Amino acid sequence: MATQPTDPLKIIEGYGPHLAFTSGDRLSTAIVPDRLVKTHCCFCGQQCGIQLKVKDNEVIGFEPWEEFPFNRGMLCPKGVKRYLQGSHPDRLLTALKRDPSSPTGFSAMGYNEAIARVASEIDRIQKQHGNDAFSVLTGASLTSEKTYLMGKFARVCLKTKYIDYNGRLCMVSAAAANKKAFGVDRAANPWSDVPKAKVIWISGANVAECAPITTDYVWQARENGAKIIVVDPRITPIARTCDLFLPIKPGRDIALFNGVLQLMIENDWLDHSFIEKHTVGFDALAQSVREWTPAKTADVTGIPERSIRQAAQWWGTASTSFLMHARGIEHHSHGVRNCMGAINIVLASGRIGREGCGYATITGQANGQGGREHGQKADQLPGGRDIENPAHREQIAKIWNINEPDLPHAGVDAYEVIRKIDQGEIKGLLSICFNPKVSLPDNHFVTKALEKLDFYVAIDFFLNDTAHHADIVLPGSLQEEDEGVVAQFEGRVIKINKAVDCPGDAREDWKIIQDIAAKLGRTHGMQFQSPGEIFDELRAATKGAVVDYSGITYEKIEKQFGVFWPCPSEDPDGKPINHTGTPRMFEPASWNPVAKGAGPFYFPDGKARFNVAPYEPPTEDIDAEYPLMLTTGRVVSQFLSGTQTRRIGPLVEQYPEPRIEMHPRLAAKLGIADGDWATAESRRGTCTLRAQVVTTIRPDTIFIPYHWAGRKSANQLTISAQDPISKIPEYKVCAVRVTKAAAAPDYASELEPQQ
Amino acid sequence: MRVNWSRSSNESQPSKVFIMPVPEHLNFYIDPNRCIGCQACVQACTECDTHKGESMIHLEYVDRGESVQTVPVVCMHCDQPTCAEVCPADAIKRTEDGVVQSARKPRCIACGNCVIGCPFGVPEINIEQQLMKKCDMCYDRSSVGKKPMCTTVCPSQALFFGTRQEIELLRPRSMPVNEFRFGRQSITTRVSMMVPRQSHEPARYVDVTAAMDERPASRHVSLTVIDDPFAEVQTG
Repeated sequence: MATQPTDPLKIIEGYGPHLAFTSGDRLSTAIVPDRLVKTHCCFCGQQCGIQLKVKDNEVIGFEPWEEFPFNRGMLCPKGVKRYLQGSHPDRLLTALKRDPSSPTGFSAMGYNEAIARVASEIDRIQKQHGNDAFSVLTGASLTSEKTYLMGKFARVCLKTKYIDYNGRLCMVSAAAANKKAFGVDRAANPWSDVPKAKVIWISGANVAECAPITTDYVWQARENGAKIIVVDPRITPIARTCDLFLPIKPGRDIALFNGVLQLMIENDWLDHSFIEKHTVGFDALAQSVREWTPAKTADVTGIPERSIRQAAQWWGTASTSFLMHARGIEHHSHGVRNCMGAINIVLASGRIGREGCGYATITGQANGQGGREHGQKADQLPGGRDIENPAHREQIAKIWNINEPDLPHAGVDAYEVIRKIDQGEIKGLLSICFNPKVSLPDNHFVTKALEKLDFYVAIDFFLNDTAHHADIVLPGSLQEEDEGVVAQFEGRVIKINKAVDCPGDAREDWKIIQDIAAKLGRTHGMQFQSPGEIFDELRAATKGAVVDYSGITYEKIEKQFGVFWPCPSEDPDGKPINHTGTPRMFEPASWNPVAKGAGPFYFPDGKARFNVAPYEPPTEDIDAEYPLMLTTGRVVSQFLSGTQTRRIGPLVEQYPEPRIEMHPRLAAKLGIADGDWATAESRRGTCTLRAQVVTTIRPDTIFIPYHWAGRKSANQLTISAQDPISKIPEYKVCAVRVTKAAAAPDYASELEPQQ
Repeated sequence: MRVNWSRSSNESQPSKVFIMPVPEHLNFYIDPNRCIGCQACVQACTECDTHKGESMIHLEYVDRGESVQTVPVVCMHCDQPTCAEVCPADAIKRTEDGVVQSARKPRCIACGNCVIGCPFGVPEINIEQQLMKKCDMCYDRSSVGKKPMCTTVCPSQALFFGTRQEIELLRPRSMPVNEFRFGRQSITTRVSMMVPRQSHEPARYVDVTAAMDERPASRHVSLTVIDDPFAEVQTG
């Protein structure tokens, strides 16, 4: 049915978000926990090690885990308070069914009955409209065992080509650029190389708020003499004390990288030996950036010419360096080109593949790295394989014991799935670990599309905003209620350990998926008894592939505090080996299964590729009608679409409601004072929030954090323009106008800050 | 606090051996310039066993309109704590290891003298409990060989707990100072503040009131190329 069953305010009343604070046993200082479970945070890609205190099957608190080498006990506020998700009043303890007659719009349903209904609807829709009429949207905060299983579920069990995941909204630009340049998609260096770099270039990464522990690494480099360059339209905490701040105009990153490369060429700040020996395509690239004089670069990027020259000089002449970027340059309709530009200046410097010389995108989600490796992407098969590559299809068909022709072909990206739902081509949806109503751009359109679904089943542990539209909601597991591996942002495969059992009727996600498969009578390959069994198959499925996990075991992970892939189980001659993993990629003498010794990069000739990356302005540039740029992003106390963190009281108190950040000169022009209600409007929607007047943002740009839902959602305004290669949406720039609001918005009297 | 007594064979002259719960060589260093305002310290502080649910650390924006700079306020654990000296009920004790404990019931009468007296603005009165509460360097942790919560979790290590050798190795650009001048009053503390290391003359104390009447520059510290990065940007 997929319309909301009743007034959303009533659904919120029933299912939240409500705030949980520390109470009861968790406040007691006399209780000794039964055990401390070593595991990792459930939130971002830094995947800080943490110990959870367990008493009577409840997580009552945390204890730092100082031995875990990446974060050494450090945590951000989200990790500290994550345990408040356990025993939460909003926790789904039963399956739910859409029920307009219920005061909250949903009523409890027996688990088996719910599974039976889900299976029957999937069967009905596929029989009436074909296999592809049912789609799957999944996410990258699931363990790799689950991401692997979701891919298999879609392709082997449902036999639909329409599966995609929420990483489409975050990592796909970096992934595509990395594959084009290096032939493989993983951080090139472990973070232990950061403190040894003499120049650190940070583009489009609000490090202190979105990857907090990375702050310590960057500033340790500075203690060792490094210069820090930060490129951002806002002065974020990492930018506040940096050595060189480049206040870039949103959407102009490739112009900057092209301009820097041109200065490197002009001044011969190039590693000719590296370019000659280890790359192809430099001449064409050099030709293409000739037009990017410092003056032109300054004009297009909005950065003063002297800053560009300084940045290029520091970068060009550095002895060691590290370039890191994040969504700021990737969330664009030219996100792939922006990343290619970043990689171009790294390759031109030759500083990669050795100590203190590095490059990485900072992956955002817990398993953003692993979640884009094992087949839940529309065009991907396990091991980082390509669903259209005949050899790869045969390899996986063999592992899955199916006929290759039965393996579906590539589907479409997550936004295109929504469009196909809108067009009526897709009639049914199963979603897990994804809240598209909040996290996709132009979300009025997303809502409209969802309402057309014939049948929608959501798996979650809270009723997220998208699940308001579900016909059935199945009660899934919190991260601490299951076990499995994730690949954190460095490419280090680590183990998430189970601390407590699922409450009520809730159960592990992999069990729910297999229960659906069983009820459908399609159990082939969907009968795992444990995450360990899934992991063993995943290891076998990745053997010999680019993303090789075959030498990784749970025991090795525990012993080594994580294992960086590739970790093969055999050497190039096929002899079994005990490999300890690959912290640093692209080392000069390294071997990989694509180059087979020809060189360190993952192409048959072993050489990295320079990529020509022409500049184009953002899809929706400013004009007389909408004269300001809107850029969106995050705050440190909230995570993604807020389904979890908007239910944690102390985190909401830190930053309760979204604000429109604007410069005093802009605010003065608009007659807006700090704290006034202001309305931001784009061609797609409006959003009224309180203004936050600060000097730390470009005066031609406003910023809104996107973690809130409904009428507070920044994505009511954003544009669904996508990069043609990666299909990532252009969250970081669209055109808006801002006016002082005549009155407080309706929601101010109806909703609590977190709702 | 644990005290080990070792008695000599001569009963009339017992000798005492103190083992400091918080060892002398372990120190608390705070570098306000490294604070990123994430509040990991505030949240972790509420998880400490001495005062679960309440944070003893405050985090303040200096002036959010002008800068994202934040400063964490932790108890400086003064050698001669003003709070203890002005307490009429003798409710605030300083243990031999230099940690100034939080006020104790039944003595504390919540008069607020300590709140007014503390030059660093640390103590706060919990009205409901009628009790002053403040940071005690996570005494339940630091007295048994663990680090205070805030210093463990701080993602930028603005709050650091360790030896002086460790911090000197890690922070060539700054140096610890533990003497503070407030006008004519000089205060030495157990907690040290990191100040930029001047090559020509090491800083001996922080003169807190020296710049009291100056307006802080918002971005003066390290943006070496230009003062206002947005000076040339037009509004829409």
